[in-house]
Amino acid sequence: MIVTIVVIVIIVLLIALYAGLYNGLVQLRTHAEESWSQIDVQLQRRNDLIPNLVSTVKGYSKYEASTLEKVTQLRSQLENVPEDDHAQKMAVSNELTGTLRSLFAVAENYPDLKASTQYQSLMEELSNTENKIAYSRQLYNSTVANLDAKIQSFPSNIIAKIHHFKQMDYLQVPKESKAVPKVSFDD
Amino acid sequence: MLYQQIAKNKRKTIFVLGGFFLLVALIGAAIGYLFAGSAVGGIVIAGVLAVIYMSVMISQSTEVVMNMNNAHEIHSAQEAPELWHVVEDMAIVAQVPMPRVFIIDDPSPNAFATGNDPQHSAVAATTGLLQMMNREELEGVMGHEMSHVRNYDIRLQTIALALSAAISALVSFAGNFWWLGGSRSSDDDDNGAVGIFAVIGSILLIILAPLAATIAQMALSRNREYLADAGSVELTRNPLGLISALKKLETAQPMKQVAPSSSSLYISDPELNSHHKPFAHLFDTHPPLEERIGRLERM
Repeated sequence: MIVTIVVIVIIVLLIALYAGLYNGLVQLRTHAEESWSQIDVQLQRRNDLIPNLVSTVKGYSKYEASTLEKVTQLRSQLENVPEDDHAQKMAVSNELTGTLRSLFAVAENYPDLKASTQYQSLMEELSNTENKIAYSRQLYNSTVANLDAKIQSFPSNIIAKIHHFKQMDYLQVPKESKAVPKVSFDD
Repeated sequence: MLYQQIAKNKRKTIFVLGGFFLLVALIGAAIGYLFAGSAVGGIVIAGVLAVIYMSVMISQSTEVVMNMNNAHEIHSAQEAPELWHVVEDMAIVAQVPMPRVFIIDDPSPNAFATGNDPQHSAVAATTGLLQMMNREELEGVMGHEMSHVRNYDIRLQTIALALSAAISALVSFAGNFWWLGGSRSSDDDDNGAVGIFAVIGSILLIILAPLAATIAQMALSRNREYLADAGSVELTRNPLGLISALKKLETAQPMKQVAPSSSSLYISDPELNSHHKPFAHLFDTHPPLEERIGRLERM
């Protein structure tokens, strides 16, 4: 009698433990996926802003046509990266960030352009988006770190194996800086 | 570290609230016994009043604090794009909901955060701050404020502020009451009893006034400014932004007008004067800026 009760209690406890660990893993994976979608939203937003930027800048800087071309080309390249290839997406995005930064640097030579309110609000929008990409990536990396730690540590590693939870990869931070075009109009 | 700080803040909040109710009960008992002959009645009335006051204060704290500091709310990114976007960024990395955003018309650069918990928080910045700081510096300052939000510093500070305001109001109210009661009691027969209570009352007043200050002081242990600075760097990953922001704050003019009880909320002391007197640091609500900069540089 007592033995039966003890066995039942142990089984119930094991099931509860199993469910708890499994749900924990699911929650962490959901967090990581959510934070990726935050990055994705910002990438899309920047892509939507670029045509506007190109048409604003075009009239002023005829000589930097190649930079503008490269921005447009990277933009369409980014749209063609498969949805789940996060690393590839970020690689293109980083390149786009760099090219945009050099475009902004060029724009410094055109005081009329710099003074136009349309350009200024575009700049604010773009640097906002760049910052959001950088900060969402930081958030993504920390959620991925939590998930990966859980997948590797005992006892949740057993559950992770049974249910094929895969570790996710960190997103590389570009070398030059935090990928934020530092623009200020106050000096 | 973060969780310890949050737990510590929650404990302190309960302690401060408990102390407040005890104090109110004592005052109630004294007044009740003195004027109605019933200490229990006094305790009950004072207790009810204190509960009402605290619930109003807690539900309205953001409005009260913002009004005190002449801050007006902005509702969309268009009104102050850079500030709005930076606050959004900091809320993303700190993983807290977007706080309400307020602006104070004052040429002196400063900022603070308030609210009851990370779900109901608000940040305020002066127009001077927005003018003087570039984006990285603004990120450093707002990261500091967001750390206060995330650590639950805001709740403790807001409650301490409400309580010290209530206690100073009580002290001045009781002072007037005692004055009235005292003048009337000269015609009474039981002069002796009233006399004793008048003495006790005045002693209470003497104790209470500094107590209000002590409660406020305790809540704002200067240590939390260092912690919020470190938290800011954790969010922005960019100590240089905050360092250069603090350097700009160091040379800034004091604010035009500031509600004295809320000066401890700000990122740097709004009443700061450059002429340091001996012992002036003893009653500072903030650690010296050069020390904060030094700690950031050593990080």
